[in-house]
Amino acid sequence: MKKLLKLAVSALAVISMFVQPLKASSVELIGAGATFPYPLYSKMFDVYNKEHGIKINYSAIGSGGGIRQLMAKTVDFGGTDAFLTDKEIREMPGSAVHIPTCIGAVVFAFNVPGVSELNLTPDVIAGIFLGKIKKWSAPEIRKINQNVKMPDINIVVIHRSDGSGTTFIFSDYVSKISNEWKNSVGTGTSLKWPCGLGAKGNPGVAGLIKQIPGSIGYVELIYALSNKIPFACVQNKSGIFIKPSLLNTSIAANVELPDDMRVSITNTNEKNGYPICGFTWIIVYKEQNYDNRPFEKAKELVNLLWWITHQGQRYTEALHYASLPKEAVVKAERIIQSITYNGKPIIK
Amino acid sequence: MALKKTSKKQEIKKVFSKDPGPWNFYSRAGNKYFLMDWIFKKILFISGVSIFFLVLMIFIFLVLNSMPSIKEFGFRFFLSKSWDPVFEKFGALPFIAGTIFTSFLALLISLPFSLSISLYLGEFSKSGFFSGFLKNSIELLAGVPSVVYGFFGMFVLIPIVRYLEIKFNIEPYGVGIFTSSIILSIMIIPFSASLGREVIELIPQDIKEAGYSLGSTRYEVIKRIVLPYAKSGITAGILMALGRAIGETMAVTMVIGNSNVMPKGLFSPANTMASLIANEFTEAVSRIHLSSLIEIGLVLFIISAVFSIMGKIFIHKFSITENG
Repeated sequence: MKKLLKLAVSALAVISMFVQPLKASSVELIGAGATFPYPLYSKMFDVYNKEHGIKINYSAIGSGGGIRQLMAKTVDFGGTDAFLTDKEIREMPGSAVHIPTCIGAVVFAFNVPGVSELNLTPDVIAGIFLGKIKKWSAPEIRKINQNVKMPDINIVVIHRSDGSGTTFIFSDYVSKISNEWKNSVGTGTSLKWPCGLGAKGNPGVAGLIKQIPGSIGYVELIYALSNKIPFACVQNKSGIFIKPSLLNTSIAANVELPDDMRVSITNTNEKNGYPICGFTWIIVYKEQNYDNRPFEKAKELVNLLWWITHQGQRYTEALHYASLPKEAVVKAERIIQSITYNGKPIIK
Repeated sequence: MALKKTSKKQEIKKVFSKDPGPWNFYSRAGNKYFLMDWIFKKILFISGVSIFFLVLMIFIFLVLNSMPSIKEFGFRFFLSKSWDPVFEKFGALPFIAGTIFTSFLALLISLPFSLSISLYLGEFSKSGFFSGFLKNSIELLAGVPSVVYGFFGMFVLIPIVRYLEIKFNIEPYGVGIFTSSIILSIMIIPFSASLGREVIELIPQDIKEAGYSLGSTRYEVIKRIVLPYAKSGITAGILMALGRAIGETMAVTMVIGNSNVMPKGLFSPANTMASLIANEFTEAVSRIHLSSLIEIGLVLFIISAVFSIMGKIFIHKFSITENG
């Protein structure tokens, strides 16, 4: 027994050498979550650090991880590409609010020999991704691409294999245009795919598309633009074929927005809007006094959110993200004003 | 005289067997290094024990966190073919099948190569420039990061396999079970080859010479003496390699096609357990999705443990034949 005790004491001594006391610093904010807005966030947080002297650590571990860490209260804010469902909101330990930060679009990259421009309609998209249209020479595709000679080869669908906000936006769109998709596949960051091959991340999808003639897949607009990957025009709700661009993406968000900003803007009613895009959000707790957080930290967090939705927006375009439209900023302002400390609003 | 000797021996034994701790080390027959010795021994002991607790804690963590999924799906989890994160119906069969197909196929492909390499290095060319060069190359193969193998697969193997598939008139994806198995077989060759070589080198020279003296050819010596003698060691190496193939993630993810369905054939896209976890873990928000992924981790943990234990048993068996 005595021997065991001695052993335990020495073990404790060894372990204690490696454990550093966790000290909360009032001027450091920690966030985790979505990888999709990471390039923008890292630019914004770098500038904010220089301007305001507040250090912000954001780890791009994925939306799911960000939400889990916020639930465990190990981070000050979480980043996510898919807003929390009602069920998930109920599972959160406290009331949480969504603040939109920018808009991203999802485009179709393809590798069809001899084809450099491709038009797609909602029906064709649903048909291809449900595995019903199997050949590029199918009449449905030829009808909308009359200037192009479509080769008689099989279509290979490439999708994301990792859970992703990009998949969420894509599946949200297809669920809106196809009832069959909605009932059999649904909307989510990971799906039960009816057909096709999976690849990890935007580079994985783009790489596989390059390797397999006849393939089509979806990637983020920023990825396609910065790597000069050709992408397809998509017919929107108004019947116009839209070439995806930052402008068309921003226009798509000019729709009626709910007060909590948990909104999907896919399949927009706007005449010149690109139909496959969505907000990305930062999630924080509405009541900031939890786990003995100092008021300064809450105040710095709110200031940061305000800055991201206002001054910070000027960094979006350069990094190929679409900025928030005016109405979204107004809604975001109200949400930020609703954040409290001990029940009192932090900024007015 | 003899009596005196034993008593002295017993005295020494008495001093060292009772361990009163470091505080009265001056009484230890003037051995001033005793304290150091004591500390050193304890550090080693603690390190050893902590590894055991680490493994135990990982196991407990996996079991606890997969409880929601175990309760929800029970044994159906292993029989269901559907993996549907949207409607939250989870079954692991496609991934268990994918893992086992790719690993065993990889083993089958790598076996002739690793066996030839270990025979060549252990029996034919034990030293010399070329043999050293070969040994180093194999070690290098073991040290290449798996993502590099993934790139190799993506940019070199996929076009080749696609070409084959077009020749055989199969849907030309280029990715799938076959491609992953080839990548895996290259990755596991170093493991089975080095262990096999070491075992073959250990075979006593006199036994082989006895074989030659009876007029055996070299081939006969290898077939009748070397291989049976090294059998357990080679098998242990194979099992270790299998453990590596089962757990490999990145390289497989890049070339397997990540289709969460039952593999239909040699060339069909599929997915493995490790690859699925790596893919979906970061974005799994719902409790049951996360818990199902962790349960897959638990299955992976148990399968790896089983193969590792089987390897140990074979090595143990080998050491007995060596002594006896």
